[in-house]
Amino acid sequence: MSEGAKQQPQQPAPPKRPEMRVRPTAPIVPPANVAGNALMCVIAIMAFLACLTYGAVSMVRATAASWQSQISREITIQIKPDEKLDMEAALRDARDLAMTFSGTKDGQIIDRAATARLLEPWLGEGLDLDELPVPRLVVITIDERDPPDFAGMREALAQTIPQAVLDDHRTWVNRLVAMAQTTAWIGTAVLVLVFSAMVLTVVFATRGTLSGNRHIIEVLHFVGAEAGFVASEFQKHFLKISLKGSFAGGALAAIVFAAAGFWQTRSLATPQSDQATALFGTFSVGVGGYLGIAATMIVIALLTTLTARFTVMRTIFEIDRIRSDPARTDGLPDS
Amino acid sequence: MGPEILRDLTFDIPRRSFQFLTGPSGAGKSTLLRLLFLSLQPTRGLVRTFDRDIATIPRDELPMLRRRIGIVFQDFRLLEHLTTYENVALPLRVRGKEEASYRADVLDLLKWVGLGERINVLPPVLSGGEKQRVAIARALIDRPELLLADEPTGNVDPPMARRLLSLFLELNRLGTAVVIATHDLSLMDQVDARRMILSQGRLDIYE
Repeated sequence: MSEGAKQQPQQPAPPKRPEMRVRPTAPIVPPANVAGNALMCVIAIMAFLACLTYGAVSMVRATAASWQSQISREITIQIKPDEKLDMEAALRDARDLAMTFSGTKDGQIIDRAATARLLEPWLGEGLDLDELPVPRLVVITIDERDPPDFAGMREALAQTIPQAVLDDHRTWVNRLVAMAQTTAWIGTAVLVLVFSAMVLTVVFATRGTLSGNRHIIEVLHFVGAEAGFVASEFQKHFLKISLKGSFAGGALAAIVFAAAGFWQTRSLATPQSDQATALFGTFSVGVGGYLGIAATMIVIALLTTLTARFTVMRTIFEIDRIRSDPARTDGLPDS
Repeated sequence: MGPEILRDLTFDIPRRSFQFLTGPSGAGKSTLLRLLFLSLQPTRGLVRTFDRDIATIPRDELPMLRRRIGIVFQDFRLLEHLTTYENVALPLRVRGKEEASYRADVLDLLKWVGLGERINVLPPVLSGGEKQRVAIARALIDRPELLLADEPTGNVDPPMARRLLSLFLELNRLGTAVVIATHDLSLMDQVDARRMILSQGRLDIYE
């Protein structure tokens, strides 16, 4: 090499191009698309409605049961005034007599002040009970599971205090039981309908979303993926979607119940709250209600996942079935 | 049942062989490829693939047999949410292989087909020729025993077509039987290989 060449400044080496880095491997099923988001919304809405219905029905059932329980827990002895009768003594006698029967728990005489309060809506304030022949009441608390012998008590009262009348509320109790049972049945029927609608909606929405992914199933199948592998990829994807959707819907329903319960507690003894309580009972769904909401979420997640698996397996079955039907050319390579 | 598309054909694809399948449109090339790819059963006659009568192969054995066949679809059939690299690696991924075990092979193959700079690109951004090369690379990546390619050079320029053809020849030298369905006479003229010409449902073979 010549001297001149040695003196030439050395050319800088071209910058080495950095090695291209591969991005983190994406899931085989696209993580988010419009159809997937729509399915998530459908699941959230159906979960919300189903949980709301479940909570409402359990609330109605509890309310109906409490009406029935409250009214059948008490009987009343009514003593009509009579000139010959010492009312206070008769009330005490009636209570003592009733308490001798097994199945009674407690006896309470409605005193004059309480009786006046009872009549206040009709007769106004400042009522003098001595001026009016107002019957007086004894309320007896009974054991619902082991009620006393009403016929025997009625007979004993008739012999001791002829002016006493025993009201065991059976007519009302029977009507209320019938009404409570009807309400509970209607609630259950509504629940079944809403759950059926939820099942069908979730199944069809899942299948609809999957139909947009048929090309992925085909490609995977044609590059040698086993049906179980393809199904598990889609299952994972749809499990995520359904868990997100059902959690959102279930949580929203739980929040609605918690908020309604909170409102009721805060506005206790106000006319609005009393009205709502009379109509709907307390807005508390209890631990059972929240467990039901959780169970609904799990059912939806399972349903979506199983539908995804079943649909994928069926799609693969269809693709393979075309093998034996040369008239069909869908889903096959063209040339 | 539709009309009989192929009849009275008798041929075999020997191991390590190389052949072109050609003929006019509608001659039955697609049907023949479908038969070879196990995605169609013959209405009569016998087709044996890997020494098995394809009419009697149970469904659950098809994936394992398809793993021995590489196919290049004319419409590419790439998954649009996966990158070039991920599409090519897909056959290995569905076989349950670890990414570390195949990464270098996939990158080498992508460089060979001229897509070394496009590994992270999604198919919608690729040109027709690039998509075709991705489809070819996906079919080759697991060194199949049989490669079926449907118009594999239809969307590339002549230099790239020659390059891809040399890739098929290289694969053939490594032991893969290759069937290339094509209308491209200039491509066929570049290689002294068996020609299977389909016409009106019949097959003529020129060794």
